[in-house]
Formats: sequence, structure tokens, C-alpha cells
Amino acid sequence: MGITILFVSLASMGGVGLILAVILAVADKKLAVKEDPRVEKALEMLPGANCGACGFAGCGAFASAIAAGKVSVDGCKPGGIDVARKLTELLGLDEAVSVSPTVARVFCSGGIKETVMDKVYNGIRTCISANLIGGEKACLYSCIGFGDCCEVCSFDAIHMDENGLPVVDLNKCTGCGECVKACPRNIIGLTGYDEVVHVYCRSFDKGPVAKKACKVGCIACKLCEKDDETGAVKVIDNLAVVDHEVNKAPVGSIRRCPTKVIRVSKPVSGYEDEFKEKIQLEAFEEKKAGTSK
Amino acid sequence: MEVILIFISAVLVNNFVLSYFLGICPFIGVSDRIESAVSMGFAVTFVLTLSAAITWLINRYILIALNVPFLEYVSYIIVIASLVQFVEMFIRKTSKTLYDALGIYLPLITTNCAILGLALFGALRDYSFIENIVFGIGAGIGFTLALVVMAGIREELDLADVPESLKGAAITLIIAGLLALAFMGFAGLISA
Repeated sequence: MGITILFVSLASMGGVGLILAVILAVADKKLAVKEDPRVEKALEMLPGANCGACGFAGCGAFASAIAAGKVSVDGCKPGGIDVARKLTELLGLDEAVSVSPTVARVFCSGGIKETVMDKVYNGIRTCISANLIGGEKACLYSCIGFGDCCEVCSFDAIHMDENGLPVVDLNKCTGCGECVKACPRNIIGLTGYDEVVHVYCRSFDKGPVAKKACKVGCIACKLCEKDDETGAVKVIDNLAVVDHEVNKAPVGSIRRCPTKVIRVSKPVSGYEDEFKEKIQLEAFEEKKAGTSK
Repeated sequence: MEVILIFISAVLVNNFVLSYFLGICPFIGVSDRIESAVSMGFAVTFVLTLSAAITWLINRYILIALNVPFLEYVSYIIVIASLVQFVEMFIRKTSKTLYDALGIYLPLITTNCAILGLALFGALRDYSFIENIVFGIGAGIGFTLALVVMAGIREELDLADVPESLKGAAITLIIAGLLALAFMGFAGLISA
């Protein structure tokens, strides 16, 4: 009796499985769809991080869209110019599309040393939780310092330094924007390679309040506006803002800023020449050395 | 009459998602936009209906005929997995547009427990062939309804001022619970 059931079970399930397998095998041949061979080649060229920066579900979906000609070849931000050139070749397009790479930059200078720590936080060590009760620092716009941005980075490009501030490795950063999304205080931003001067503070506090909370914050003194020969720097809502449309570096503002929050940024790797041209670093160094970082 | 009753029962009163809590994964995962919720709903309805027919045949002519009812789980899983594979190939060949619209949701249906639940319920309740198919269609439409209602609420929710600590998954689960409570109200619909 027992043995019979064993055989019946084996035979019936084996039979069902076999029939289904045959149906699927036949269907696979009969219903085969010819794939565009370029999809697979395009997929090989992509970084394969599935970061989603292109707006598709993953590299596979982006590769299909590329082969179908639906998206521009420069859609892959992590791949940058190299991938765009390869894809251009694959698709047989005339010329490489120019790609301006973006990198994440951290717009807060107030680490543990510079900013007043007026609260104690014993909760979960993530920025998003600490942000609910205001973090440990006196400045409510500052970096919280628990490194949510480092956690989400797929490219190992952002790390916390000893001063409790995240530092972006510009050689590794692909501009996918995951850290920007992760930061509850919005102090990380994506910047273009040709944006050379930034305000490294995000505090909208009035001068005295900002000064009390942090040694290196924007205190809205408006000296930058006064000494700005290019018209690029404006103080809006108690915070200096650099207009990147103006194609010249506001050297006067950089020199004048008393808390040194307006600084020349590090150039993106591979774009040092364009960077230098724009900032006219030589002229700047002649005038006054030591303010650029 | 019996058939209509089965249909309404599957759509509203014993809604697979909100009353049996089957297929919760796509209910939470694919309910952020109405458009994708409708696609997923139709794909599931399609597979539910087909699998209702095939599992009924398997149950009657293999499991009961050979007296091996304990193999129902194994056989249903094999059938469902193959069926989804087949449907995917078929849709890909016949309608590229539909295939693209369904996207990743199509293969995901394999692991949707609503499909297995339907097959097991059908066998348990001794439905006839027609009844079982109607049960499948009803369950599919009920699933679609739950998903679309949820997606509608979640689209509105994007604009709402949700407390920080409830944002994301937390508020979604609370809404799912409230929706389930609301659907419990349909229990009085059929007084048999």
C-alpha cells in the first residue's frame, strides 16, 4: 500500500512536471521574441550598480531604452562621459554627446569642533531619527553627523571625517543623488563640474543666532554682496547664495567672507583644466593666498 | 444564483486582500500609483482565472482520481509557476505594449500567495468547474479593487501632512488596516 502511493505520487507529479516542461520548452521555441542584440551589449557597458539615477528601474531597463533610442546616451550618471562615448559608438551616432558630470557636495562646514553642541542625543544613531528632536548641535541647519549619507552610497564615495562631517570622494562620486535624498537636513547637493564656488553653509538663521551656534556659518553680514565684482553672490533669507549662471568666480566675496563659508571647491577629476580657466586661479592666488581650500 | 453569490462574495465580502490577507506583498508594493495598480490587478486576474481552471482539472482528474490529495500544494505550485512563465512568453510575443506595461509585476505573480490560496480554497469548497472559474475572476477583481482603492488613497497621501514618524510604510499599513475594517462592513451584504 505504502509503496504504491509512493509510485503513484512520483508518477503523477513527474508526469505533470514533464508535460508542463514540454509545453514550456515548445512555447519557448514557438514564442521566441527576437531581442535587439544591442540591448545586451549596452547592458555590459553600463556600471551595473542599478542605482536608478537614470530614472529607470535598473541598468537592464535603461539598456533597453537606449537600444530603442528612447533616451539620450548621457542618461547614465554613474557611467559619465566614458559610458556615454561607448554607447554612442554602439548606436552608431555621429558624435559623443557632451556630458557634464555632477558630484555631490556637502554644504555644511560645522563639524564637532566648530559648532556648539548644546544637546545630548541618546537615541538611534541615524540622522533621520536624530533630526526629529533636532540633533545634538545648536544649529538646526547643520550636519547631524550620524552618516545616513554614507550608508546609502553604492559607490563608497562618502565618508565621515574625524570632525563629524561627511567628505565626498570626488573620484568615486557618480552624482546618483542617493545621499542627497538621504540627508534629512538637505545639506548635500548635486553640483555641476563647472560650478567652482559654493557657500558651505545652509543656515537661514539671522546673524547673531548663527554666530552663537557655529563658528563657521553664514552670518548674513552681506560683506560678500558688497565686495562682489561679478554680481553672482546674493544674500537671500540670511544665507549667501552663489548664482552659477554668472560665468566668473566671485573672488572678492571669497576673500571678504569673515567666516570663510564661501570657498573655492575642489575640482571634479578630469575637469581640472576647465575648472582653472573659470576660476582664473592664478589671478586669484596673486591677489591673496590662503583663502582657497 | 449560486454563481453570482460566489462572485460577489469573492469581490467584496471575502476580499482576498482585505479579508483573507492574501497577496499583501503586491498590495503594499505596487499600490503607490493607480496606473501600475491597475496593470498588476489585471495581470493577477488573468492568472487567477486561468489557474482556477487548470488547478480544478488537476484536482479532479489527477489528485482525486489517483487518490493522492496530499500532493495538492506541490502540484499547484508547479502549475502556477509554469502558467506564469507561459503567460509571460505569450504576452511578450503577442503584445509588446501589454508586456511593457506589466513589466516586473508579471513574473512576481508566481510568488503571489493569492493564487495558491485560490487553488486551495477551490478544492476545499468543492466548487464545480464553472463556479471555480467565477471564483477566480471574482477574486481577481476583488484584488484589483483593493489595489486601486489603496493606490488612490496613497496618491492623495502624497499631498497630505503626515506626521514625520508615520511617513512611508507606517501610514500605509495603518491605511491597510482601516481599509480592511471598512471591508468588514460588507459582511452584512449577503444575509444567507
